[in-house]
Amino acid sequence: MKKQVKTGLIWAFVGVMLAVMYVPIIILIVFSFTDAKALGVWEGFSLELYADLFTNESIGAALGNSLVLATVSALLATLLGTTAAVGVYYMRRWKKPAAEFVSNITMENAEIVTGVAFMMFFLAVRIPYGWAALIIAHTMITVPYVMLSVTPRLSQLNPNLYEAGLDLGASPIRSMFCVIIPQLIPGMISGFIMAFTLSLDDFIVSKFINGGVETIPVYLYNALAKRGADPTLRALSAVMFIVLLTVLIVLNVVTAAQKRKRSVAK
Amino acid sequence: MKNREKPPSGGMKEKTVKPVKIRGIKRTTFAVPYLALSIIFVVVPLFIMLYYAFTDGSGHFSFSNFGHFFSRPNIMLVMGRSFLIALLTTVICFLLAYPLALALSSTALNGKFVLVMLFILPMWINSLLRTYTVKIVLSLLNISNAWVAVTTGMVYDFFPFMLMPLYSVLSGMDRSLIEASHDLGASAATTLFKVKLPLSLPGIVSGVLMVFMPTVSTFAISDILGDTSTYMFGNIINQWFANSGGWNIGSAYSLILLLLIAVTVIIANRITKGKTEAGGVL
Repeated sequence: MKKQVKTGLIWAFVGVMLAVMYVPIIILIVFSFTDAKALGVWEGFSLELYADLFTNESIGAALGNSLVLATVSALLATLLGTTAAVGVYYMRRWKKPAAEFVSNITMENAEIVTGVAFMMFFLAVRIPYGWAALIIAHTMITVPYVMLSVTPRLSQLNPNLYEAGLDLGASPIRSMFCVIIPQLIPGMISGFIMAFTLSLDDFIVSKFINGGVETIPVYLYNALAKRGADPTLRALSAVMFIVLLTVLIVLNVVTAAQKRKRSVAK
Repeated sequence: MKNREKPPSGGMKEKTVKPVKIRGIKRTTFAVPYLALSIIFVVVPLFIMLYYAFTDGSGHFSFSNFGHFFSRPNIMLVMGRSFLIALLTTVICFLLAYPLALALSSTALNGKFVLVMLFILPMWINSLLRTYTVKIVLSLLNISNAWVAVTTGMVYDFFPFMLMPLYSVLSGMDRSLIEASHDLGASAATTLFKVKLPLSLPGIVSGVLMVFMPTVSTFAISDILGDTSTYMFGNIINQWFANSGGWNIGSAYSLILLLLIAVTVIIANRITKGKTEAGGVL
């Protein structure tokens, strides 16, 4: 009996916390279905904001920019991050901690410091703010996360396979791409997803170097902090919440199921 | 589970992996492209920042940018308040997240992976969106106090970052230690304070750092929910970089923030050294 009461209390507490986390999101979604100008005012059901959202050209352009930027920089980051993970994993003595220190800089540093450092750097080397700057910056800040997801796969690798490739006459490059890389693919995929998500999410670094190329987060920040929240944002945020939560839940459930299957198989 | 994910020990590696150098390319060479790019695009920019921080507008060496910080009482006040907000946020996050982490790792909810996932998921959603939902809720509740608004927004945004390391350390804790504590006659409270809390120290340290430092350096939450009375360190830097004349002083502030972060990272590594768990959900 006492145990049941305790379990009940635990469930109640967890339920309340869950409500505190998700009720605001539900409220936002509810209020995206009314076209009142002011926040938190209900003026009857309307799909006006969604009509505005899907005809808004700057939001469409920002979405396109975000997706192109995230795809290009995540591809580059996966390539650089995988090769870097292989290289750093086999380093020894002082080289390994030194390389890890360098790759940790952008992860540990405050994003705003990374952002302003990029801003001053691109001005100094005459790389114009905009696409080139964004792609370079996003690639550099996401590579460490790709390395983080590839390195655990490397530790499960048979170290003799690479040499076997060399002994059988493959060039080091071929041995790398035909022997090591195929075994790292699961780590590379999760690294790519991580880099893609982080790039889609970033606005602090982008804010300083976008040179007028608006991504979705930059658009959101400008709209929220400067232009004084336009009601269309409610529809935009509602759509983003629903899409993101669905993708995240599916992704997590799938990986959890795979993990369970793998541990059962072993 | 944990052992499988660990890389082989150093001694073993020395034996099995000989330095291979065939046709001029070692495996370690594959790290060269990224490390070279890192030095150009990550390390050099920090040195440029250093240059700006130690020069005045016309390029002469000076310490005046740092003097600026120490000679303006109102900026010191802003800094003090920004640390106060960050401290408040961290404490509230901890007081909410620790009981929740205990509940999620308790035997009653053990294995309810989806629940944990639901709490951690918002971490992956843009913080601007989450701040916007806070803004709506606050306007529904008619709360307009900037301090309350900003602190609520910070807690809501950074809560998952506190919960994740705490849950990770609590769920990975050796259950027999807690059973031993009960068997030896300790009450639930004694077990909590003498066994669970000390053992979760690494999680607490990383949780505190994952909340405190981002709170200090953020500027968007205060821009959206607060006013000038809730300016954070990040807002100050952001303002100095908004016009090109402020880059020198802005760099000095960035450098101070960078040093603060370096110190906290070193402290955290000291405390969590050798105690970190490979667990964690996402």
